[in-house]
Amino acid sequence: MRAFGKWASAIMAVCVGVLLATTVARAGDIGPKIPIDKSKGSCVLPGDQMRREHMKILKHRRDKTMYQGIRGGKRSLSACLSCHMVKDEKTGKPLTVASPKHFCRVCHDYAAVKVDCWECHKSVPEEAGGQALLKDGAGLKDSKFAQLMKYVQGGRK
Amino acid sequence: MSDQGARDRNERARHEEIDAARREFLRNIAAASVVSLGGGMMLYTMGGEAFAKKPGDPLDPRKRWGMLIDTSKCTSGCEKCVEACKKENGWEAEPGSQTDVQWIRKVDVKDPKTGFMASLPVMCQHCANPPCVDVCPTGASMQRADGIVKVNMHICIGCRYCMMACPYKARSFVHEEIPEENKRFHAPMGKGCVTSCDLCAHRVDAGQIPACAEACPEGAMLFGDLNDPGSELRKRLKEIRSYQIRADLGTDTGIRYTRLP
Repeated sequence: MRAFGKWASAIMAVCVGVLLATTVARAGDIGPKIPIDKSKGSCVLPGDQMRREHMKILKHRRDKTMYQGIRGGKRSLSACLSCHMVKDEKTGKPLTVASPKHFCRVCHDYAAVKVDCWECHKSVPEEAGGQALLKDGAGLKDSKFAQLMKYVQGGRK
Repeated sequence: MSDQGARDRNERARHEEIDAARREFLRNIAAASVVSLGGGMMLYTMGGEAFAKKPGDPLDPRKRWGMLIDTSKCTSGCEKCVEACKKENGWEAEPGSQTDVQWIRKVDVKDPKTGFMASLPVMCQHCANPPCVDVCPTGASMQRADGIVKVNMHICIGCRYCMMACPYKARSFVHEEIPEENKRFHAPMGKGCVTSCDLCAHRVDAGQIPACAEACPEGAMLFGDLNDPGSELRKRLKEIRSYQIRADLGTDTGIRYTRLP
C-alpha cells in the first residue's frame, strides 16, 4: 500500500510538472504578438495588463483631451501609433488599419472584437505633429505643479 | 550656575524639537491640501502671469479665446482662410454642395437700403451662451472652460438638434465616411456625427493660433484672450467699435467683427 502511494505521488508529481512546464512555456506565445518598437522605450504598462486595460486608458485619456485639452505624452493615441506602427515591407510607409498587419488588427482579428476607433481616427501617425507633441509632453516635469511642490517641500532634502 | 545653564540648554533643545515637529506638520498639511486641490485649481490661484500652455498641461479656465475680424481688410472672393481650414482639419466640400461638412465659409452681405457691402468669414462664433449646448440631449455639444465650443463626437448621436439651434448655421453633419488619406490626426470626423469649427483647439492647446488666422494674407483675423485686458485682442477691441452677429440674441459671441451692414 505504502509502495503504491509512493508510486502514485511520483506519477502525480511528474504530471503536475509536465502540466506546469507546458503552461509556462505556452503563456508566452498564447495569442498573437503585438509589434512594438522597443527602441522608443517600454509601453505604459506591462503587456498582460495592457491587454486587459488599454481601452480604459484610452477612454480616460480621451476625456482628458476633450474637456481639459491635455494632449501628447506617453498615454496619447499618437504615442501608441508611433511605437506600434508597422511599415509596409515594399514601400516603407506605415500600414493603415485596412491591413491585417496593423497592430490593432493583429489582436482584434484574433479575438474577433470589432473596434470603432478607426472609422473616424487616422490609423497611422501624422508625420510631424504627433512626434512634436510627444516631445513637449515629456517635459511635464518642470510644470507649475512640480514647481509648487518643490516650493512647499523646500528646505527638506 | 553651570547647572542652570545646562537646564536652559536642555529646555531650548526641547523647544527646537517641538518647533521642528510643528513645521513638519504644517508642511504636510500644505502639501496634502495642494494635492487634493488638484492641478487646475492650483494653477488658477498661483499662476500670476500669463503663460503659454504646453500640450501636456490642462487648459486655463481664466482664458476665453476669441477673435476680432477686421472686415475692412477682408476682400470678396478671397478664400484663403477657408482653404487653410480645409487643409488643417481635413474637410473638403464639393463646390455648391449643400450637404458636405463645412467649418468656415465666406459670406458677402449687403445693406439693401444703403448699398453698403462687406465680405466676412463666418464660422462657429464660440458663444458664451451657446444654444447648441443647451439643446444637446447627450452632452456631446460642449463648451470648454476656455470658451471653445465644440462637439465631443465620442458621445454625439447625430440627432442634429444643435444644427437647428445654431443661429449662425455653423454646424454641419458628416454624411459620408472621410477617406483615410483625408483624415487628420487631430480632427477626427465620424460619419453620422455633427461637426463644427473648434477654433483649432489642437493648435491652441499647443500655444499656436488657429489655421485661418495664420493664413490670412491681410492679417484681418486677430486671435487672442478676451478675458485678459493686456492682450493684443483686448487692446484692439478697446480702440475699435466691434459688432457681434445677431447680438440681439444674447449669445455673447467670441468672434467679433469690425464692420457689419
